[in-house]
Amino acid sequence: MRRRDFLLGLVTFAAMLPLKVLAALWNKAAFESVQITEAARGLNINAEILSSKILSTDIQIIAPDRAENGAIVQVEFKSNYANTVAIAIFVEKNPTPLIANFVFSNGAEPFVVTRIKMAETSDIKVVVKAGNQYFSNAKNVEVLENGCG
Amino acid sequence: MADMSNMKMRAQLKGDYVEVKVLMSHPMETGRRKDDFDKLVPAHFVQLLTATLNGKTVLEAQWGTGISKNPYLTFRIKGAKLADIITVTWHDNHGATATQDIAVTQG
Repeated sequence: MRRRDFLLGLVTFAAMLPLKVLAALWNKAAFESVQITEAARGLNINAEILSSKILSTDIQIIAPDRAENGAIVQVEFKSNYANTVAIAIFVEKNPTPLIANFVFSNGAEPFVVTRIKMAETSDIKVVVKAGNQYFSNAKNVEVLENGCG
Repeated sequence: MADMSNMKMRAQLKGDYVEVKVLMSHPMETGRRKDDFDKLVPAHFVQLLTATLNGKTVLEAQWGTGISKNPYLTFRIKGAKLADIITVTWHDNHGATATQDIAVTQG
């Protein structure tokens, strides 16, 4: 009986382990931030880059000018910086502005297409980490119907 | 709820890169939506997604609640060949996980 309890405990422990490790990986502070500057700081991005008027044309954002339904807005991001490590996506006026952070390695191109939620008309802001440098670009999307529920 | 473990995947060789398209099945609840009885629906969303090429990590993504329901993703890998294996795995905030493989085909 004791042995079984011990083994059962061991199995439970083993089953819970990956979850804890994964929970630690997820950047809770950044993703739960309600301000874009805070969210950026959570990713070690200098918030100044987001308010900067210098937008990089080497970061391509393809998104609609107007979105009928903010629940599904298809967006495409591409970085022309050869040493791109990561692409972070923010929607400035969402309740939690950080949408996603993509990290590329081993031949993955700095390119991604996905569908995001937008609560209201807002800038989509993208920050590219290339080597140790950060660059950003933005595109405004007019949202006709709230998509954050 | 639909079977979350199922992913639709396609990996096609297009010149010097492979384009991978993935459609996942997940509610992606923000935690701010109210149901018909005015009760908040708890947050339930994918937090981590990884993709590997023949077992080697090529993409690691962290997601918040701002990715749309039934997440869609396209990414590209240089240096991948026909019949190479691409694996996508996600983990959500409830501890659920799904993983699926696809072999690269000619696009």
